[in-house]
Amino acid sequence: MMSKINFLKPDKNNLNTFLYLGSFLFLISVLDVFINSFFSLNITGFLPGFLSFLFPLILGFIGLYFIRIEFSGIKQLDLLNKHINTNNFNAVLSLLIIFVIIKSLPPILSWFVIDASFAGDTKDVCTGSGACWTYIKVWMRRFMYGMYPNAEQWRINLSFIALVLMGSVGYFATDRFKKYLTLYYVVIYPLIAFLFIFFFISGGPVFFDFSYGIIAAILSIILGFFIPAKYKFYYFLIVPLALYITLKYFIFFEEYVELGKLDGLNWVETGAWGGLSLTFIISFFCLIFCFPIGMAFALGRRSNFPLIRYISVGFIEFWRGVPLITVLFMSAVMFPMFLPEDFFIDKLVRAIIAISLFEAAYVAEVIRGGLQALPRGQYEAAKSLGMGYWKMHIFVILPQALKLVIPGIANTFLALVKDTPLIFVVGLLEIVGMLNLAKTNPKWLGFAMEGYVFAAIIFWIICYAMSKYSYNLEQKYKTDR
Amino acid sequence: MNFKLKDIVPQLITVTAVVLVFGFFTYNAQINMENRGIDFGYGFLSQESSFDVQFSLIEYDGSHSYLRAYLVGLLNTILVSVIGIIIATILGVIVGVARLSPNYLINKFAAFYVEFFRNIPLLLQIFFWYFAALRALPLPQDAEAIFGVFFLTIKGLYVPAFIWQNFSVFFNSIVAAIIAIIVIRIYAKRVQENQGKQIPVFLISIGLIFILPLLSFLIGGVGVSFEVPVLKQLATTSFIYEGGVSLPPELIALTLSLSLYTATFIAECVRAGIQGVGKGQKEAAASIGLTPNQVLKLVIMPQALRIIIPPTTNQYLNLTKNSSLAAAIAYPDLVLVFAGTALMQTGKAIEIVSITMFTYLTLSISISLLMNWYNKKIAIQEK
Repeated sequence: MMSKINFLKPDKNNLNTFLYLGSFLFLISVLDVFINSFFSLNITGFLPGFLSFLFPLILGFIGLYFIRIEFSGIKQLDLLNKHINTNNFNAVLSLLIIFVIIKSLPPILSWFVIDASFAGDTKDVCTGSGACWTYIKVWMRRFMYGMYPNAEQWRINLSFIALVLMGSVGYFATDRFKKYLTLYYVVIYPLIAFLFIFFFISGGPVFFDFSYGIIAAILSIILGFFIPAKYKFYYFLIVPLALYITLKYFIFFEEYVELGKLDGLNWVETGAWGGLSLTFIISFFCLIFCFPIGMAFALGRRSNFPLIRYISVGFIEFWRGVPLITVLFMSAVMFPMFLPEDFFIDKLVRAIIAISLFEAAYVAEVIRGGLQALPRGQYEAAKSLGMGYWKMHIFVILPQALKLVIPGIANTFLALVKDTPLIFVVGLLEIVGMLNLAKTNPKWLGFAMEGYVFAAIIFWIICYAMSKYSYNLEQKYKTDR
Repeated sequence: MNFKLKDIVPQLITVTAVVLVFGFFTYNAQINMENRGIDFGYGFLSQESSFDVQFSLIEYDGSHSYLRAYLVGLLNTILVSVIGIIIATILGVIVGVARLSPNYLINKFAAFYVEFFRNIPLLLQIFFWYFAALRALPLPQDAEAIFGVFFLTIKGLYVPAFIWQNFSVFFNSIVAAIIAIIVIRIYAKRVQENQGKQIPVFLISIGLIFILPLLSFLIGGVGVSFEVPVLKQLATTSFIYEGGVSLPPELIALTLSLSLYTATFIAECVRAGIQGVGKGQKEAAASIGLTPNQVLKLVIMPQALRIIIPPTTNQYLNLTKNSSLAAAIAYPDLVLVFAGTALMQTGKAIEIVSITMFTYLTLSISISLLMNWYNKKIAIQEK
């Protein structure tokens, strides 16, 4: 039954009329923008310029106004109204967003895919109006490995694969080994990683130190199975180091190396490291170092000893107050002045120390937040059980406090990864630095955009994955109080 | 006196270690400087700098002192920070509120913006805008005017300059308007507390801030005219704009990326703040008969601001510190002018780096002290 229609007030009685009319107008407006954007046909071209621009917006607005009928009984319509069409203001904004998306799709698609060039390996193939992915393809090795010699890049790959495999041990550990996992991740894994990166990737004579380290570690782990549990701690404290020293100074003499009987890996100086692998190396080390330092200063700031507290506060506030770029400046131009003349520290190491100290201050503040959030009862309960300071913190306070601050720590690490490009200050070129270098190459001028978009995509994937992972961790360790 | 050896020893060890490390550094620095024939001192600040700075807010050229160069850098840093903070706040509040919109499209659009710009390193964004996006702009002679007076070219943005007559009258009128608004606010609060009457402070404020300056034009003899930039040919292919104010592309790239990046963090602060106000508060306020506007103004905002302001100030601080990335694209900020050029010329590494760090430190610590004071002031007084 049709009742009187008031077009200013859509109601349920004439649901179908309003629904058909509204959807029709809405679709026309979307279609108009769509045709205009994908086929560059302007069907409203006969209207004056300004009106032609506003036409789809007005049409769509009227359409959405007609279909805004509460409790229509049609599920899809109700959902639509609830989500994008609650009132006039929202309807206009929704329309604008839809139009912007439709409008921006063709140019983005054409730049990224349709008009882009992928083939070939010279600049000549890049004649289209789209992106020149050939440039990325040709420079890929440089963006990934920096100036590291092509023939030696398998070492970086191998190291990263080994580190990822060793890092994933936690997922495969049986219950028997689960209790050692913390020890493994906090002490053993960083040590092995350090050996791998500094000795395997840099190569040269020090490679042998690395080999001795691996041999000593493997031997002592195998022997470790036969040691009674009572002595295991002391065993692992002493034997690997002793084995390493024996191997280094008594069994494999340095002369063998010099005589050429043993062939080491080629030495690659840290100045030649670069690209994305350097980003990973720096983030990885700073992540490992800044955490314990930050924890120490967080505890120091909450200490009962006034002098230790003041020193910690001074340290934290100093590093938090200055920009990272000045810290790196300091490590580059000021720090060498503070060292004895014949004492030289590699610039990569200096940069890592600087970034670690800088981030440690932020980690300290985050952990302090967690420590403060714990109720006093936890401290008092631990003390009443007769626990000392260290026992109380290691077994009661820190596990709970760290759980609380997972998101904060993850944010700090994210900031750390995003800060790595700053090492251009000390002359190291990770991926962004390599991009800046590549774009000044006379053979490949004019492709800055492609390079930055490429790096942005890589960083975005890394950072987004990290933030999602931290969110999962947070959910996993959430304990109800 | 409660004197315990157990309490003294760890402190003593720590302090000794710190003193030893610092002593070691100082000793080495002294020896190194002696060997290289550098003397320590801040006397160089008054020497003639003899280098030029491209963009400066105060008058500066090579004949001025290093101290003046430091000031130029500092002012440029503050300029970028202030512009960045203003844009980032506006954008951040809009996006943060949009994040809470019931409208699915707006919500997702804001979320996309936040996730997109937050997860790309700031330096990369600066490089992108400066080396890729702004380089695609037209040359001065090909630039089309925006609204007839703005010119966006590869050499920067040219905007018309204001030429004031009796500027002081105009300025005083604005100051008077602000003072009047403050007085009215205090009065309105008192009236409300004593009599329960509401005075439309917001409308009166808006009226005042427009009417008083307008009066200054009509009565005070204030006049304003615009100096529009005009294209001028230097050589056959070289053109520049003359007149008006020119904003260099470095400044544009820097403020753009700083504010787009920081706005994402501010948006999250705003969202967390508004979400942090309990739903019960809103319902309770509505149930005692407040209008939606009053609920927002009197109940939600005061509580939300308490959550929003501390982390937002932190973001302002971050923005100020991040503005030091200007050195990467040669915008003459404090780091580039002072820790870069001046350091290269004088070789006084320790002095210059320490002054630069100390400047940033003073800036940060003063803002965090202000923040602590504010936090204490607005914290809920629990009984």
